[in-house]
Amino acid sequence: MREQLVVDRIRCDGHGLCAELLPEVIALDDWGYPIIKSGSIAPALLEHARQAVDACPVLALKLALVTAM
Amino acid sequence: MARLLSGPPLTAGAESYGAHQQRFGALPAAAARSLIGRLEASHLIGRGGAGFPVGRKWRAVADRANGKAVVLANGAEGEPLSLKDRTVMAARPHLVIDGAVLAADAVGADDIIFYVGAEHRAAEAAMRYALAERAADLRGRARVVQAPRGYVAGEESAAVHFINAGDPRPTTTPPRPFERGVGGRPTLVQNVESLAAAALVARGDDAGTSLITLSGAVRRAGVREIALDATLAEVAASAGGLARPVQAVLLGGYFGGWVDITDLWARPLAPASLRARGHAFGCGVLSFLAEDSCGVEATARIMGYLASQSARQCGPCLFGLGAIDAACRRLAARSAQPDDLKRITRWGGELAGRGACKHPDGATGLLRSALGVFADDYAAHQRGRCVRGAPAAGRPGALAQAVA
Repeated sequence: MREQLVVDRIRCDGHGLCAELLPEVIALDDWGYPIIKSGSIAPALLEHARQAVDACPVLALKLALVTAM
Repeated sequence: MARLLSGPPLTAGAESYGAHQQRFGALPAAAARSLIGRLEASHLIGRGGAGFPVGRKWRAVADRANGKAVVLANGAEGEPLSLKDRTVMAARPHLVIDGAVLAADAVGADDIIFYVGAEHRAAEAAMRYALAERAADLRGRARVVQAPRGYVAGEESAAVHFINAGDPRPTTTPPRPFERGVGGRPTLVQNVESLAAAALVARGDDAGTSLITLSGAVRRAGVREIALDATLAEVAASAGGLARPVQAVLLGGYFGGWVDITDLWARPLAPASLRARGHAFGCGVLSFLAEDSCGVEATARIMGYLASQSARQCGPCLFGLGAIDAACRRLAARSAQPDDLKRITRWGGELAGRGACKHPDGATGLLRSALGVFADDYAAHQRGRCVRGAPAAGRPGALAQAVA
Protein backbone atom coordinates (compact mmCIF):
# COMPACT_ATOMS: atom_id res chain seq x y z
CA MET A 1 0.00 0.00 0.00
CA ARG A 2 1.29 3.43 -0.97
CA GLU A 3 -0.02 6.95 -0.88
CA GLN A 4 -1.49 8.26 -4.06
CA LEU A 5 -2.66 11.69 -5.19
CA VAL A 6 -6.37 11.85 -5.94
CA VAL A 7 -8.09 14.83 -7.56
CA ASP A 8 -11.73 15.64 -6.90
CA ARG A 9 -12.50 16.55 -10.51
CA ILE A 10 -15.72 18.39 -9.69
CA ARG A 11 -14.02 20.65 -7.14
CA CYS A 12 -10.87 21.27 -9.15
CA ASP A 13 -10.90 24.69 -10.86
CA GLY A 14 -7.53 24.41 -12.52
CA HIS A 15 -5.62 26.90 -10.33
CA GLY A 16 -2.47 24.91 -11.07
CA LEU A 17 -0.58 25.44 -7.79
CA CYS A 18 -0.17 21.68 -7.40
CA ALA A 19 1.79 21.37 -10.64
CA GLU A 20 4.09 24.21 -9.56
CA LEU A 21 4.85 22.53 -6.25
CA LEU A 22 5.12 18.98 -7.57
CA PRO A 23 6.14 19.04 -11.25
CA GLU A 24 7.69 15.57 -10.92
CA VAL A 25 4.21 14.09 -10.57
CA ILE A 26 1.69 16.66 -11.82
CA ALA A 27 1.50 18.22 -15.27
CA LEU A 28 -1.18 20.58 -16.56
CA ASP A 29 -3.25 20.06 -19.68
CA ASP A 30 -3.94 22.77 -22.27
CA TRP A 31 -6.64 24.27 -20.03
CA GLY A 32 -4.66 24.21 -16.79
CA TYR A 33 -6.17 21.09 -15.22
CA PRO A 34 -3.87 18.58 -13.55
CA ILE A 35 -2.69 15.34 -15.11
CA ILE A 36 -1.33 12.97 -12.47
CA LYS A 37 1.63 11.39 -14.20
CA SER A 38 2.36 8.53 -11.85
CA GLY A 39 0.17 6.57 -9.50
CA SER A 40 1.92 6.24 -6.17
CA ILE A 41 4.18 8.86 -4.65
CA ALA A 42 7.85 8.01 -4.09
CA PRO A 43 8.81 8.48 -0.41
CA ALA A 44 11.26 11.26 -1.31
CA LEU A 45 8.41 13.33 -2.79
CA LEU A 46 5.89 12.75 -0.03
CA GLU A 47 6.61 16.04 1.74
CA HIS A 48 6.20 17.99 -1.52
CA ALA A 49 2.99 16.12 -2.22
CA ARG A 50 1.64 17.16 1.19
CA GLN A 51 2.51 20.78 0.43
CA ALA A 52 0.67 20.54 -2.89
CA VAL A 53 -2.38 19.13 -1.11
CA ASP A 54 -2.30 21.96 1.45
CA ALA A 55 -1.86 24.60 -1.24
CA CYS A 56 -4.96 23.69 -3.26
CA PRO A 57 -7.32 26.66 -2.80
CA VAL A 58 -10.45 24.55 -3.32
CA LEU A 59 -9.32 21.46 -1.37
CA ALA A 60 -9.61 19.29 -4.48
CA LEU A 61 -6.34 17.41 -4.00
CA LYS A 62 -5.98 14.58 -1.53
CA LEU A 63 -3.39 12.00 -0.56
CA ALA A 64 -5.12 8.68 -0.18
CA LEU A 65 -3.90 5.25 0.78
CA VAL A 66 -4.72 3.01 -2.14
CA THR A 67 -4.60 -0.74 -1.90
CA ALA A 68 -3.13 -2.38 -4.94
CA MET A 69 -5.89 -4.24 -6.81
CA MET B 1 -35.87 -21.96 -24.17
CA ALA B 2 -37.52 -18.73 -23.03
CA ARG B 3 -35.97 -15.57 -24.36
CA LEU B 4 -36.35 -11.89 -23.56
CA LEU B 5 -38.57 -11.16 -26.55
CA SER B 6 -40.14 -14.57 -27.21
CA GLY B 7 -43.92 -14.57 -26.90
CA PRO B 8 -46.33 -12.16 -28.57
CA PRO B 9 -44.98 -9.83 -31.30
CA LEU B 10 -43.57 -6.48 -30.19
CA THR B 11 -46.29 -4.67 -32.10
CA ALA B 12 -48.86 -6.19 -29.72
CA GLY B 13 -47.65 -3.81 -26.97
CA ALA B 14 -47.13 -4.68 -23.31
CA GLU B 15 -47.70 -8.29 -22.34
CA SER B 16 -50.32 -8.54 -19.59
CA TYR B 17 -49.54 -10.04 -16.17
CA GLY B 18 -51.87 -12.94 -16.94
CA ALA B 19 -50.18 -13.75 -20.26
CA HIS B 20 -46.74 -13.37 -18.69
CA GLN B 21 -47.59 -15.79 -15.87
CA GLN B 22 -49.05 -18.23 -18.36
CA ARG B 23 -45.78 -18.31 -20.29
CA PHE B 24 -43.34 -18.23 -17.38
CA GLY B 25 -45.30 -19.47 -14.37
CA ALA B 26 -45.27 -17.64 -11.04
CA LEU B 27 -42.25 -15.67 -9.87
CA PRO B 28 -39.74 -18.27 -8.58
CA ALA B 29 -39.39 -16.43 -5.27
CA ALA B 30 -37.44 -19.25 -3.65
CA ALA B 31 -34.82 -18.89 -6.38
CA ALA B 32 -33.71 -15.51 -5.02
CA ARG B 33 -31.53 -17.07 -2.32
CA SER B 34 -29.36 -19.03 -4.73
CA LEU B 35 -29.66 -16.56 -7.58
CA ILE B 36 -26.46 -14.57 -6.95
CA GLY B 37 -24.36 -17.70 -7.29
CA ARG B 38 -26.21 -18.73 -10.43
CA LEU B 39 -25.78 -15.28 -11.96
CA GLU B 40 -22.06 -15.50 -11.27
CA ALA B 41 -21.95 -18.95 -12.88
CA SER B 42 -23.94 -17.68 -15.89
CA HIS B 43 -21.33 -14.96 -16.60
CA LEU B 44 -24.17 -12.55 -17.33
CA ILE B 45 -22.69 -9.11 -17.81
CA GLY B 46 -24.60 -5.85 -17.43
CA ARG B 47 -26.32 -4.66 -20.59
CA GLY B 48 -26.26 -0.95 -19.80
CA GLY B 49 -22.92 -0.38 -21.44
CA ALA B 50 -20.20 -0.76 -18.82
CA GLY B 51 -20.32 -4.56 -19.02
CA PHE B 52 -19.82 -5.22 -15.29
CA PRO B 53 -20.62 -8.81 -14.20
CA VAL B 54 -24.17 -8.85 -12.80
CA GLY B 55 -23.59 -11.50 -10.11
CA ARG B 56 -20.59 -9.68 -8.68
CA LYS B 57 -22.53 -6.42 -8.54
CA TRP B 58 -25.43 -8.04 -6.67
CA ARG B 59 -23.03 -9.65 -4.20
CA ALA B 60 -21.30 -6.34 -3.47
CA VAL B 61 -24.69 -4.83 -2.51
CA ALA B 62 -25.85 -7.93 -0.61
CA ASP B 63 -22.68 -7.87 1.52
CA ARG B 64 -23.57 -4.38 2.77
CA ALA B 65 -27.37 -4.39 2.63
CA ASN B 66 -28.62 -5.55 6.03
CA GLY B 67 -32.08 -5.71 4.49
CA LYS B 68 -32.01 -1.98 3.86
CA ALA B 69 -30.71 -1.79 0.30
CA VAL B 70 -32.40 -0.15 -2.69
CA VAL B 71 -32.81 -1.55 -6.21
CA LEU B 72 -32.66 1.11 -8.91
CA ALA B 73 -33.79 -0.39 -12.22
CA ASN B 74 -32.11 1.80 -14.80
CA GLY B 75 -34.34 2.48 -17.78
CA ALA B 76 -32.88 5.89 -18.69
CA GLU B 77 -31.74 5.01 -22.18
CA GLY B 78 -29.80 8.13 -23.15
CA GLU B 79 -27.71 6.46 -25.87
CA PRO B 80 -29.02 8.02 -29.11
CA LEU B 81 -28.66 4.83 -31.19
CA SER B 82 -30.15 2.44 -28.63
CA LEU B 83 -33.82 1.54 -28.39
CA LYS B 84 -33.69 -1.84 -26.67
CA ASP B 85 -34.26 -0.73 -23.06
CA ARG B 86 -37.45 1.19 -23.90
CA THR B 87 -38.50 -1.78 -26.04
CA VAL B 88 -38.12 -4.37 -23.29
CA MET B 89 -39.96 -2.12 -20.83
CA ALA B 90 -42.76 -1.39 -23.29
CA ALA B 91 -43.23 -5.00 -24.43
CA ARG B 92 -42.10 -7.15 -21.47
CA PRO B 93 -42.62 -5.01 -18.36
CA HIS B 94 -43.32 -8.04 -16.16
CA LEU B 95 -40.00 -9.65 -17.00
CA VAL B 96 -38.25 -6.44 -15.90
CA ILE B 97 -40.35 -6.34 -12.70
CA ASP B 98 -39.62 -10.03 -12.04
CA GLY B 99 -35.90 -9.26 -12.28
CA ALA B 100 -36.16 -6.25 -9.98
CA VAL B 101 -38.19 -8.17 -7.36
CA LEU B 102 -35.75 -11.09 -7.48
CA ALA B 103 -32.85 -8.62 -7.15
CA ALA B 104 -34.51 -6.99 -4.13
CA ASP B 105 -35.00 -10.40 -2.47
CA ALA B 106 -31.49 -11.55 -3.37
CA VAL B 107 -29.59 -8.49 -2.14
CA GLY B 108 -31.90 -7.57 0.75
CA ALA B 109 -33.69 -4.46 -0.52
CA ASP B 110 -37.06 -3.07 0.58
CA ASP B 111 -37.33 -0.31 -2.01
CA ILE B 112 -37.45 -0.71 -5.81
CA ILE B 113 -37.26 2.29 -8.11
CA PHE B 114 -37.89 2.09 -11.85
CA TYR B 115 -35.93 5.01 -13.32
CA VAL B 116 -37.47 5.49 -16.78
CA GLY B 117 -36.43 8.08 -19.37
CA ALA B 118 -39.02 10.88 -19.61
CA GLU B 119 -39.10 10.57 -23.40
CA HIS B 120 -39.82 6.81 -23.29
CA ARG B 121 -43.59 7.36 -23.11
CA ALA B 122 -44.77 3.85 -24.06
CA ALA B 123 -42.22 2.26 -21.74
CA GLU B 124 -43.24 4.41 -18.78
CA ALA B 125 -46.95 3.74 -19.37
CA ALA B 126 -46.30 -0.01 -19.64
CA MET B 127 -44.23 -0.06 -16.45
CA ARG B 128 -46.83 1.92 -14.48
CA TYR B 129 -49.66 -0.30 -15.71
CA ALA B 130 -47.70 -3.49 -14.99
CA LEU B 131 -46.87 -2.31 -11.46
CA ALA B 132 -50.55 -1.59 -10.88
CA GLU B 133 -51.41 -5.12 -12.06
CA ARG B 134 -49.09 -6.48 -9.35
CA ALA B 135 -49.87 -3.92 -6.64
CA ALA B 136 -51.12 -6.58 -4.21
CA ASP B 137 -47.84 -8.53 -4.40
CA LEU B 138 -45.55 -5.51 -4.37
CA ARG B 139 -47.25 -3.92 -1.34
CA GLY B 140 -46.00 -0.44 -2.09
CA ARG B 141 -42.31 -1.23 -2.28
CA ALA B 142 -41.95 -0.29 -5.97
CA ARG B 143 -42.30 3.07 -7.73
CA VAL B 144 -41.54 4.78 -11.04
CA VAL B 145 -39.32 7.86 -11.23
CA GLN B 146 -39.09 9.78 -14.48
CA ALA B 147 -35.47 10.28 -15.54
CA PRO B 148 -34.70 13.67 -17.08
CA ARG B 149 -33.44 13.84 -20.65
CA GLY B 150 -29.72 13.77 -21.32
CA TYR B 151 -26.94 11.32 -21.94
CA VAL B 152 -25.41 11.55 -18.48
CA ALA B 153 -28.67 11.25 -16.49
CA GLY B 154 -28.44 7.46 -16.80
CA GLU B 155 -24.94 7.30 -15.31
CA GLU B 156 -25.33 5.48 -12.00
CA SER B 157 -24.14 8.19 -9.62
CA ALA B 158 -26.21 10.75 -11.59
CA ALA B 159 -29.31 8.57 -11.25
CA VAL B 160 -28.78 8.31 -7.49
CA HIS B 161 -28.08 12.06 -7.25
CA PHE B 162 -31.31 12.85 -9.12
CA ILE B 163 -33.42 10.63 -6.87
CA ASN B 164 -31.79 12.01 -3.72
CA ALA B 165 -31.57 15.69 -4.63
CA GLY B 166 -33.25 16.31 -7.99
CA ASP B 167 -29.88 16.93 -9.65
CA PRO B 168 -29.10 14.52 -12.52
CA ARG B 169 -25.34 15.16 -12.54
CA PRO B 170 -22.71 12.60 -11.53
CA THR B 171 -21.09 12.86 -8.12
CA THR B 172 -17.52 12.30 -7.04
CA THR B 173 -16.82 8.66 -6.22
CA PRO B 174 -16.12 6.90 -3.93
CA PRO B 175 -18.56 6.31 -2.37
CA ARG B 176 -20.10 4.39 -5.26
CA PRO B 177 -23.86 3.68 -5.21
CA PHE B 178 -23.32 0.10 -4.00
CA GLU B 179 -21.68 1.60 -0.91
CA ARG B 180 -23.87 4.66 -0.38
CA GLY B 181 -26.68 5.39 -2.83
CA VAL B 182 -30.37 6.28 -2.60
CA GLY B 183 -31.07 7.74 0.84
CA GLY B 184 -27.51 6.87 1.83
CA ARG B 185 -28.30 3.15 1.53
CA PRO B 186 -26.42 0.50 -0.49
CA THR B 187 -28.01 0.68 -3.93
CA LEU B 188 -28.01 -1.80 -6.79
CA VAL B 189 -28.16 0.21 -10.02
CA GLN B 190 -28.93 -2.29 -12.75
CA ASN B 191 -29.97 -1.84 -16.36
CA VAL B 192 -33.54 -3.01 -17.12
CA GLU B 193 -32.47 -5.55 -19.76
CA SER B 194 -29.99 -7.05 -17.29
CA LEU B 195 -32.83 -7.43 -14.76
CA ALA B 196 -35.05 -9.11 -17.36
CA ALA B 197 -32.16 -11.46 -18.22
CA ALA B 198 -31.68 -12.24 -14.51
CA ALA B 199 -35.38 -13.18 -14.33
CA LEU B 200 -34.71 -15.74 -17.08
CA VAL B 201 -31.61 -17.06 -15.30
CA ALA B 202 -33.76 -17.55 -12.18
CA ARG B 203 -35.93 -19.84 -14.30
CA GLY B 204 -33.03 -21.92 -15.56
CA ASP B 205 -32.02 -19.98 -18.69
CA ASP B 206 -28.36 -19.66 -19.68
CA ALA B 207 -28.35 -15.90 -20.48
CA GLY B 208 -27.13 -16.76 -23.96
CA THR B 209 -29.01 -14.03 -25.80
CA SER B 210 -28.87 -10.28 -25.83
CA LEU B 211 -30.89 -7.40 -27.21
CA ILE B 212 -29.26 -5.26 -29.86
CA THR B 213 -30.26 -2.16 -31.80
CA LEU B 214 -29.35 -2.13 -35.49
CA SER B 215 -29.07 1.06 -37.53
CA GLY B 216 -27.29 2.57 -40.50
CA ALA B 217 -26.76 0.74 -43.80
CA VAL B 218 -28.85 -2.33 -42.96
CA ARG B 219 -32.16 -3.19 -44.60
CA ARG B 220 -34.26 -3.64 -41.45
CA ALA B 221 -33.08 -1.43 -38.62
CA GLY B 222 -34.44 -1.82 -35.10
CA VAL B 223 -34.30 -3.95 -31.98
CA ARG B 224 -33.54 -7.67 -32.17
CA GLU B 225 -32.62 -10.46 -29.83
CA ILE B 226 -29.56 -12.41 -30.90
CA ALA B 227 -27.77 -15.50 -29.70
CA LEU B 228 -24.44 -14.25 -28.37
CA ASP B 229 -22.50 -16.75 -30.45
CA ALA B 230 -23.96 -15.32 -33.68
CA THR B 231 -21.51 -13.63 -36.02
CA LEU B 232 -22.02 -10.11 -37.30
CA ALA B 233 -22.67 -11.57 -40.77
CA GLU B 234 -25.50 -13.70 -39.35
CA VAL B 235 -26.94 -10.74 -37.46
CA ALA B 236 -26.90 -8.61 -40.62
CA ALA B 237 -28.53 -11.43 -42.59
CA SER B 238 -31.30 -11.68 -39.99
CA ALA B 239 -31.96 -7.99 -40.59
CA GLY B 240 -32.43 -8.47 -44.33
CA GLY B 241 -28.76 -7.96 -45.14
CA LEU B 242 -26.74 -4.82 -45.71
CA ALA B 243 -28.41 -2.09 -47.72
CA ARG B 244 -25.12 -0.85 -49.16
CA PRO B 245 -21.45 -1.83 -49.01
CA VAL B 246 -20.19 -1.18 -45.49
CA GLN B 247 -16.76 -0.08 -44.27
CA ALA B 248 -17.13 -0.01 -40.49
CA VAL B 249 -19.46 -0.71 -37.59
CA LEU B 250 -20.08 1.47 -34.57
CA LEU B 251 -20.10 -1.18 -31.87
CA GLY B 252 -21.56 -0.41 -28.44
CA GLY B 253 -22.87 3.05 -29.26
CA TYR B 254 -21.37 6.46 -28.56
CA PHE B 255 -19.36 5.05 -25.62
CA GLY B 256 -18.20 2.16 -27.81
CA GLY B 257 -15.98 2.32 -30.83
CA TRP B 258 -15.62 2.01 -34.56
CA VAL B 259 -14.47 -1.34 -35.86
CA ASP B 260 -13.38 -2.11 -39.42
CA ILE B 261 -16.08 -4.35 -40.90
CA THR B 262 -13.55 -6.97 -42.04
CA ASP B 263 -12.32 -7.25 -38.44
CA LEU B 264 -15.74 -8.19 -37.14
CA TRP B 265 -17.78 -9.66 -39.98
CA ALA B 266 -17.14 -13.37 -39.40
CA ARG B 267 -16.69 -13.19 -35.64
CA PRO B 268 -19.14 -14.01 -32.86
CA LEU B 269 -20.46 -11.03 -30.89
CA ALA B 270 -20.04 -12.79 -27.53
CA PRO B 271 -18.55 -10.29 -25.06
CA ALA B 272 -15.53 -12.51 -24.33
CA SER B 273 -14.75 -12.91 -28.02
CA LEU B 274 -14.97 -9.14 -28.57
CA ARG B 275 -12.89 -8.40 -25.49
CA ALA B 276 -10.12 -10.64 -26.79
CA ARG B 277 -9.85 -8.30 -29.79
CA GLY B 278 -10.03 -5.12 -27.74
CA HIS B 279 -13.67 -4.36 -28.51
CA ALA B 280 -16.71 -4.12 -26.23
CA PHE B 281 -20.32 -5.15 -26.73
CA GLY B 282 -21.44 -2.18 -24.62
CA CYS B 283 -25.17 -1.54 -24.79
CA GLY B 284 -25.63 -3.66 -27.94
CA VAL B 285 -25.67 -0.91 -30.55
CA LEU B 286 -24.55 -1.97 -34.03
CA SER B 287 -24.57 0.85 -36.56
CA PHE B 288 -23.28 0.17 -40.06
CA LEU B 289 -21.33 2.91 -41.85
CA ALA B 290 -21.60 2.67 -45.63
CA GLU B 291 -18.45 2.53 -47.72
CA ASP B 292 -19.27 5.85 -49.39
CA SER B 293 -20.03 7.63 -46.09
CA CYS B 294 -17.27 9.56 -44.37
CA GLY B 295 -16.10 8.31 -40.97
CA VAL B 296 -14.58 11.71 -40.16
CA GLU B 297 -17.97 13.35 -40.61
CA ALA B 298 -19.84 10.62 -38.72
CA THR B 299 -17.37 10.90 -35.83
CA ALA B 300 -17.62 14.70 -35.77
CA ARG B 301 -21.39 14.41 -35.31
CA ILE B 302 -20.91 11.98 -32.41
CA MET B 303 -18.21 14.08 -30.72
CA GLY B 304 -20.43 17.15 -31.08
CA TYR B 305 -23.25 15.36 -29.32
CA LEU B 306 -21.03 13.99 -26.54
CA ALA B 307 -19.41 17.40 -25.95
CA SER B 308 -22.89 18.94 -25.67
CA GLN B 309 -23.86 16.29 -23.12
CA SER B 310 -21.03 16.99 -20.66
CA ALA B 311 -22.49 17.72 -17.23
CA ARG B 312 -20.05 20.70 -17.27
CA GLN B 313 -18.73 19.97 -13.80
CA CYS B 314 -15.17 18.85 -14.53
CA GLY B 315 -12.71 20.99 -16.46
CA PRO B 316 -11.05 18.25 -18.53
CA CYS B 317 -14.47 17.07 -19.79
CA LEU B 318 -15.96 20.53 -20.37
CA PHE B 319 -12.94 22.12 -22.06
CA GLY B 320 -11.34 18.99 -23.49
CA LEU B 321 -14.44 17.64 -25.21
CA GLY B 322 -15.33 21.15 -26.33
CA ALA B 323 -11.94 21.57 -28.01
CA ILE B 324 -12.09 18.09 -29.55
CA ASP B 325 -15.56 18.86 -30.90
CA ALA B 326 -14.38 22.09 -32.52
CA ALA B 327 -11.34 20.44 -34.13
CA CYS B 328 -13.40 17.45 -35.32
CA ARG B 329 -15.86 19.83 -36.96
CA ARG B 330 -13.07 21.72 -38.74
CA LEU B 331 -11.58 18.43 -39.93
CA ALA B 332 -14.95 17.19 -41.16
CA ALA B 333 -15.53 20.44 -43.04
CA ARG B 334 -12.04 20.11 -44.61
CA SER B 335 -10.99 23.42 -43.10
CA ALA B 336 -8.63 22.11 -40.43
CA GLN B 337 -6.05 24.22 -38.65
CA PRO B 338 -2.48 22.95 -39.22
CA ASP B 339 -2.28 20.91 -36.00
CA ASP B 340 -5.90 19.77 -35.56
CA LEU B 341 -5.25 16.08 -36.22
CA LYS B 342 -2.16 16.08 -33.99
CA ARG B 343 -4.05 17.85 -31.22
CA ILE B 344 -7.11 15.59 -31.18
CA THR B 345 -4.74 12.62 -31.13
CA ARG B 346 -3.01 14.01 -28.04
CA TRP B 347 -6.22 15.13 -26.32
CA GLY B 348 -7.76 11.75 -27.08
CA GLY B 349 -5.10 10.21 -24.85
CA GLU B 350 -5.20 12.80 -22.07
CA LEU B 351 -8.81 12.93 -20.88
CA ALA B 352 -9.57 9.38 -19.75
CA GLY B 353 -9.84 8.98 -15.98
CA ARG B 354 -10.02 12.74 -15.44
CA GLY B 355 -13.73 13.25 -14.83
CA ALA B 356 -15.98 12.42 -11.89
CA CYS B 357 -17.75 9.97 -14.20
CA LYS B 358 -16.63 8.10 -17.32
CA HIS B 359 -18.02 10.59 -19.83
CA PRO B 360 -14.57 11.78 -21.03
CA ASP B 361 -13.35 8.16 -21.06
CA GLY B 362 -16.22 7.05 -23.29
CA ALA B 363 -15.94 10.01 -25.65
CA THR B 364 -12.17 9.75 -26.11
CA GLY B 365 -12.40 5.97 -26.49
CA LEU B 366 -14.72 6.52 -29.45
CA LEU B 367 -12.39 9.19 -30.86
CA ARG B 368 -9.33 6.93 -30.60
CA SER B 369 -11.15 4.13 -32.41
CA ALA B 370 -12.05 6.56 -35.20
CA LEU B 371 -8.45 7.78 -35.52
CA GLY B 372 -7.41 4.16 -36.01
CA VAL B 373 -10.16 2.86 -38.31
CA PHE B 374 -10.41 6.05 -40.40
CA ALA B 375 -6.69 6.93 -40.29
CA ASP B 376 -6.47 7.54 -44.06
CA ASP B 377 -9.62 9.65 -44.04
CA TYR B 378 -8.31 11.82 -41.19
CA ALA B 379 -4.99 12.33 -42.98
CA ALA B 380 -6.85 13.35 -46.15
CA HIS B 381 -9.18 15.70 -44.27
CA GLN B 382 -6.22 17.34 -42.53
CA ARG B 383 -4.99 18.14 -46.06
CA GLY B 384 -8.43 19.45 -47.02
CA ARG B 385 -9.65 16.45 -49.03
CA CYS B 386 -12.15 13.63 -48.59
CA VAL B 387 -11.41 10.25 -50.16
CA ARG B 388 -14.88 8.78 -49.88
CA GLY B 389 -16.78 7.96 -53.06
CA ALA B 390 -17.14 4.73 -54.97
CA PRO B 391 -17.24 1.58 -52.81
CA ALA B 392 -14.21 -0.67 -52.83
CA ALA B 393 -14.71 -4.17 -54.25
CA GLY B 394 -14.71 -7.13 -51.91
CA ARG B 395 -16.39 -5.44 -48.96
CA PRO B 396 -19.32 -7.28 -47.34
CA GLY B 397 -22.46 -5.94 -48.92
CA ALA B 398 -20.78 -5.11 -52.24
CA LEU B 399 -22.29 -8.24 -53.76
CA ALA B 400 -25.73 -7.50 -52.32
CA GLN B 401 -25.65 -4.12 -53.99
CA ALA B 402 -24.50 -5.57 -57.31
CA VAL B 403 -27.39 -8.04 -57.22
CA ALA B 404 -29.90 -5.39 -56.20
